[in-house]
Amino acid sequence: MKQNHYEARFAGVGGQGVILAGKILAYGMVNYEECQALQTPTYTAQVRGGPTKVDVVIDKKHIEYPRTENIDFFLSLHQKAFDLYFTDLKDDAIVVIDPNLTQHIPKDIPQQVFVVDLVEIAKKEMGNPLYAMVLAVGFFAGVTKLIKNKNVQKSVIDNAPKGTEVENLKAVRIGFALAKEALKRKEDLVRLTLKDIDKNKL
Amino acid sequence: MKKNIKFYSGAELVAKAAIDAGCRFFGGYPITPSSEIAEHMSKELPKVGGTFIQMEDEIAAMGSIIGASLAGVKSLTATSGPGFSLKQENLGYAYMAEVPCVICNVMRGGPSTGLPTALAQADIMQAKWGTHGDHPVIALTPAYLEEVYELTIKAFNFSEMYRIPVIILLDELIAHLSTAIELPDKDLLVIKNRKGPTVKPEKYFPYDTAYGDVPPMADFFKGYRYHVTGLSHDKTGFPTTDPDLVQADQERHIRKVNANKGKIIDFEYYKMRDADIVIFAYGSTSRAARVAIDKARKLGIKVGMMRLRVIWPLPEAEILKLCSKVKAIIVPEMNLGQLSNVIEKFAADRTKIVGINHVGGVPIHPSNILDVIKEVK
Repeated sequence: MKQNHYEARFAGVGGQGVILAGKILAYGMVNYEECQALQTPTYTAQVRGGPTKVDVVIDKKHIEYPRTENIDFFLSLHQKAFDLYFTDLKDDAIVVIDPNLTQHIPKDIPQQVFVVDLVEIAKKEMGNPLYAMVLAVGFFAGVTKLIKNKNVQKSVIDNAPKGTEVENLKAVRIGFALAKEALKRKEDLVRLTLKDIDKNKL
Repeated sequence: MKKNIKFYSGAELVAKAAIDAGCRFFGGYPITPSSEIAEHMSKELPKVGGTFIQMEDEIAAMGSIIGASLAGVKSLTATSGPGFSLKQENLGYAYMAEVPCVICNVMRGGPSTGLPTALAQADIMQAKWGTHGDHPVIALTPAYLEEVYELTIKAFNFSEMYRIPVIILLDELIAHLSTAIELPDKDLLVIKNRKGPTVKPEKYFPYDTAYGDVPPMADFFKGYRYHVTGLSHDKTGFPTTDPDLVQADQERHIRKVNANKGKIIDFEYYKMRDADIVIFAYGSTSRAARVAIDKARKLGIKVGMMRLRVIWPLPEAEILKLCSKVKAIIVPEMNLGQLSNVIEKFAADRTKIVGINHVGGVPIHPSNILDVIKEVK
């Protein structure tokens, strides 16, 4: 890891796999990238449908304050979660939103924004919108280069429910490929769909 | 090469430590944010021959661990604010009947159902005075995952050593936080078990002070029969209203903890040697304080921290010393001043007490503490 300290936040609503995404990332960083990492979830009393987030703090050394202070990466799968948790971001942070459920973001924000069809791709390619958050972790790995693609895949194998490995690994690969494409673009607001990647090269 | 490093959540570690301490019974009722402890116990207890039972409510859950403990089995329940309120009557029963057991209260905002999923340190006083009457209290406040494991084992040890219920006051942030930690070698753990009777059943009295302030405790179903009641009782366990006996017994209960304060009190100093401002903190809040202290030190401000690992009993002598030594004590808490009110009484105007009090569910940020440090400097 190039940076000494990195903070990521994945947000959505209960049932979208937000907390599992945090675990896959934090577990992967600790076990396969030799970093310190911890994850803290926040959710409401609603089991499904309530705004949820997970903060992942990554550091080369001991992490004293377990919550985020200056966020480097923010991803939201839902408008409710975006509105509540779009806070404490650095000006040069990366912001990723899914256009299906997050339609309104403030104008003229300083951050680089990627609009990625995560839910649609998850439905089309893996047959279930639940894989959107694993796509998101793959996208995170590709964009930030903090964790290698193969190490995300290892962490997915360790943490995903049995029987979902094939689809989850595919989700990581697609997310990673989308990120590679994203990094080639120069606009402030980049839109990406399945058409932007070559599925034969996954 | 470290060998015991694994990825755990705080809740998972309460369950793991309980089992490693010898706990073989969990009776509980699901309540956020403590439910994960029950979830882990339900998976892990059967593997070691233990028993997990989901009771019909919080009150019964507390009753079930008292019963299991009387039968000789180390027992745990987990709950949160409103559930802890419901447990208070049976908790008092356990103090009165001197039944060792451990209650892990993952605190949440209150009163009533309050903020079910958010961070709070709302039960500091409920742990101390929640049940009526005078009673000894031991309550522990872990701030790190390593400490969750260590202090949960300690909680079981204290409960067995002093025949009392012991409370773990856990912050939601710590219960739900997951990270990789190294656990101590299981063979090196110090595990205490209650003292059993050394006499035959017909010679046994359950509250016999001839053996000291902590009478030997016989397990039920092993031939020892005795009466268990929440009423004031004599050494046989049967009720008494004899003023001298009741007075002596109540004083003995308090003495069990007070006379052993030296073994129970547990706190840590951070950068205190030259500090003239002190942060007095416990649980997750102390982690924000530590970051704030490091930042303030870089600005040349002499600030340190006294962090409680055991919140009840309080280290009164050390707090008194502190009050006459420093110019301000800052008490950050996720409540409206439950502990700072107590510290203020110790200070008695000899030093300034400044509370930082958040009850909105959002953690106290290091910058909140740093701002106050700069103000009082």
